[in-house]
Amino acid sequence: MKEFKKTSPPKWAERFLSWYCKPSLLEDLQGDLNEYFERNVKTKGSLRAKLIYVADVFKFLRLYTIRKPELINLLINWIMLRSYIKTSGRSIVRHKLFSTINIAGLAISMSVGLMMISVLNDVFSYDKFHKNHNRIYRLISQYEYLGRKDNDYMATTSLKAAKAIQETFSVPEDVAILKREFDGDVKVDEKIIPLNGFLANPSVLKTFSFELLEGNAITALKEPFSVVLTEKSAKKLFGNDEALGKVVTLKDKQYTITGILKDIPMFSHIKFDMLGSLSTLEIIAKDDKGEMAWDNIWNTWVYLLLPANADLKDLKVSLDQLSKKEDLTIKNTHIELALQPMDDIMTGESLGNQIGPVMGRSMLWIFIGLAFVVILSACFNYTNLSIARSLRRTREVGIRKVIGALKSHVLGQFVVEAVLISLCSLVLAFFLFVFLKPFFLTIEPEIQKIFVLNLSPVVMLYFVLFAIFIGIAAGIFPALFFSRVNPLQVMRDFAARSGFKKMTVRKMLIVFQYSISIIFITSTVIIYKQYKHFVSYDLGFQTENILNISLQGNKAAALKNELNQLSEVKEISQSMIVTSVGNYWGTQMKFHTNPHDSTGVYYNIVDENYLPLHKHKLLAGRNFIAKADSSKETEVIVNEQVLKRFNIAEQNPAKALNEFVTVDGKDMQIIGVMKNFHYGKVNDNVSQKEIILRYSNTEARLLNVKIQSTDLLSTYAKIEAIWKKYDPVHPFEAKFYDQQIDEAFAGMRASVKMAGFLAFLAICIASLGLLGMVVFTTETRLKEISIRKVLGASEAGLMYLLGRGFFVLLGIATAIAIPVTYLFFDRILFQEMANHAPISVGDLSLGVLSIMTIAFLMIGSQTLKVARTNPSEVLKSE
Amino acid sequence: MKGTNLGEFEELVLLTIAAMVSEAYSVAICDDLSKKTGRDVKLGVVHSVLNRLEEKGLAKSKLGEATSTRGGKRKRYYTVTNAGKVALLTAKELRDQYWSIIPEMKLKNI
Repeated sequence: MKEFKKTSPPKWAERFLSWYCKPSLLEDLQGDLNEYFERNVKTKGSLRAKLIYVADVFKFLRLYTIRKPELINLLINWIMLRSYIKTSGRSIVRHKLFSTINIAGLAISMSVGLMMISVLNDVFSYDKFHKNHNRIYRLISQYEYLGRKDNDYMATTSLKAAKAIQETFSVPEDVAILKREFDGDVKVDEKIIPLNGFLANPSVLKTFSFELLEGNAITALKEPFSVVLTEKSAKKLFGNDEALGKVVTLKDKQYTITGILKDIPMFSHIKFDMLGSLSTLEIIAKDDKGEMAWDNIWNTWVYLLLPANADLKDLKVSLDQLSKKEDLTIKNTHIELALQPMDDIMTGESLGNQIGPVMGRSMLWIFIGLAFVVILSACFNYTNLSIARSLRRTREVGIRKVIGALKSHVLGQFVVEAVLISLCSLVLAFFLFVFLKPFFLTIEPEIQKIFVLNLSPVVMLYFVLFAIFIGIAAGIFPALFFSRVNPLQVMRDFAARSGFKKMTVRKMLIVFQYSISIIFITSTVIIYKQYKHFVSYDLGFQTENILNISLQGNKAAALKNELNQLSEVKEISQSMIVTSVGNYWGTQMKFHTNPHDSTGVYYNIVDENYLPLHKHKLLAGRNFIAKADSSKETEVIVNEQVLKRFNIAEQNPAKALNEFVTVDGKDMQIIGVMKNFHYGKVNDNVSQKEIILRYSNTEARLLNVKIQSTDLLSTYAKIEAIWKKYDPVHPFEAKFYDQQIDEAFAGMRASVKMAGFLAFLAICIASLGLLGMVVFTTETRLKEISIRKVLGASEAGLMYLLGRGFFVLLGIATAIAIPVTYLFFDRILFQEMANHAPISVGDLSLGVLSIMTIAFLMIGSQTLKVARTNPSEVLKSE
Repeated sequence: MKGTNLGEFEELVLLTIAAMVSEAYSVAICDDLSKKTGRDVKLGVVHSVLNRLEEKGLAKSKLGEATSTRGGKRKRYYTVTNAGKVALLTAKELRDQYWSIIPEMKLKNI
């Protein structure tokens, strides 16, 4: 016979077979499969033979081949539980340092895990209080003009689509319509309360499970000029008096209260203070054709209640037919309609025009991903240290096995130990979680609107399950390792160094942990630097000590007079919007040289004090001059970019004066040209915008108050007091300009906090792991070190010997992490961000340096300790 | 117990065991059946049938000697028990009875 190179079936499949198969059938079956395998190797090649072997192993998994569970084994595990807990407890107490490292590391990472659980719990609790939540779908729409599609779907759709579905579709049981712009100051007698709400059709109360306390759900929103209040807003308006049937005034219209709703639950993605009847709109906006236009998809949210067995594909076809028909009414426009299950709203794709704040799928995944990385890192620590210390425990395992413990018993013991440690960590993690919760919630105001992170018994149960899961995940590898210990070898030769075989894996784990830590901390540094860079960016005008007060509909003049009485107030100007924080107002502009070229320009409406107060630089011409309120708009100040865009007077500011441009159909004279400044947010993509300033004394929405005072807070309080006298209804809304710019970058600030926090955790965990490894290595090499010392090695030489390996690992981690971070920011994140600061070597090395310092201190202190021990002490005890 | 009734495939397997005398073990049975019937006989099926036959007491098995093939695993050789013989004979008689009463004419026309 010819000699064949010996190939053997996949080990794991063999093991799986012997695991499940009845012992009485096992040998024969193994033999048969082997015979087939050998035959297949010759005829079909080793790869296919292996595949067939694996397939056969699974095919033989039948009722008659399966091993019956051996009850006695389970029973023994149960009886031995006390012994396991006892020995585990002793081992935890004996190795205080390692146990502390393990428990602390796990606790830190588990607190993030707990945060994740409660966030997930919150997110998935949304809208579940609606009885029909899984049958409600939201109609979403995508705008397409001249074949150019918008990136995202809108959560809103047109009123026209809603009505068409209501009238012509037979499938939906109900069509609930909510429309924007039912908010404002609600007046009753002398009281004025600002409330937010929607116009709603009667189906809203039927489709959703908002509980109506008073009134009739069917008729409450039927008649025009009806309003349904929530309990809270009714209380605000009427105190404890009966509200039903009373009349309130909103925007000069009288509404009758026809119902009182129970307050909207926290976990509703739709939140409001009141609902007005949609039929009101037909009376108010009777002549407004725009309301019913097919392409007016920006103001209406539509929810369909579908039967449980509804065919969504069918419905989508009908929707496509509808939009095909209606597209004909608007030129060059296509509106794509689609359905989104309500249960997906909180965690779904990003849509424009959401009815309230949502978490979004990508955020959710990033959050879960980061939490997972941190938890994994801590589990690695546990695995790493347990296997490293195996030397000390293998004897115990050996004796257990000699006495008669089976593999499964040892496995059970070490898993129980890991779960025990993880439950200890849970207690610690829980306190950490409670401590961290308020910080998390206040990272960004938006977060507070979405999450409460309440601790319900269910969440607690999840916590415990999570801890058990982590325990098993962290303990399974050490447990498998111990269960394979060969008792004979261990008992004969104490130095059976099987624990060291896994050295490469352990090195990889350390590299992984440190790469993650360096990535986190470097990202934090980079984002922080960008944030600082944007906040202190030279916008082209001054923002210092300017308090922007929202007028909230009040007349500017009277308030100005009162404020001017204060000695701290230096100047006051008026404007319509705050620039450089992400507000954009646009209009169309033309220049006479090319009457067909009309371009969008951004504008702000200001008064004569605005330019000097903000120290905008005029290149030529003059500022506005105060005019009577009733005078016509005839003058405009433009920036350099406007001259460039329209090529006015060959872009010469001085010559451009007195030229006329057409804005909003009005001819206006350019009276001044100002230097370019940042109208939008600094990190906005379009760097230079065409900006014009227009003059009006009456259209101001804001007062810009320049304050000269050493105590800004007390001045703020004084101004607030004046406001309260002046307008007792609306709460004072005022912010310093710098603060507003800061808030415009709140997302970035939140990222810095989050990334910083995670970096801190990752470093803690990695450091703990490294410390454990260093202590372990130095301890096991104590004898070697002592002998070297006796032979004349120097302390420095010994420290180098011990620490070298670790520094190589840290070096590798750095070599991996730095390019990854750099490429991520440079190629992915900063591609979309204008005006960002460059990433410097300093940013990249700062994080590495700090981590290296910590690592160096740990390695140094431990190796020094060993290098300094008296060799005779160690060698004496041989 | 289902009784000693033989299914078609069970009967074939049992016949093969009887025919192969002392060489009847799973893989050999499987190969022989494939060859004779021309069907693609699966080892898994043969295995479960052998197991069932043994449970019914129609066949018995014992492990052979270890050899260098089969990864050193021993073969399980099957032999037909007395009950198995009886079952085979009963099945054969039953068929013969029918064969004897079918008129020859009838068969020719098929």
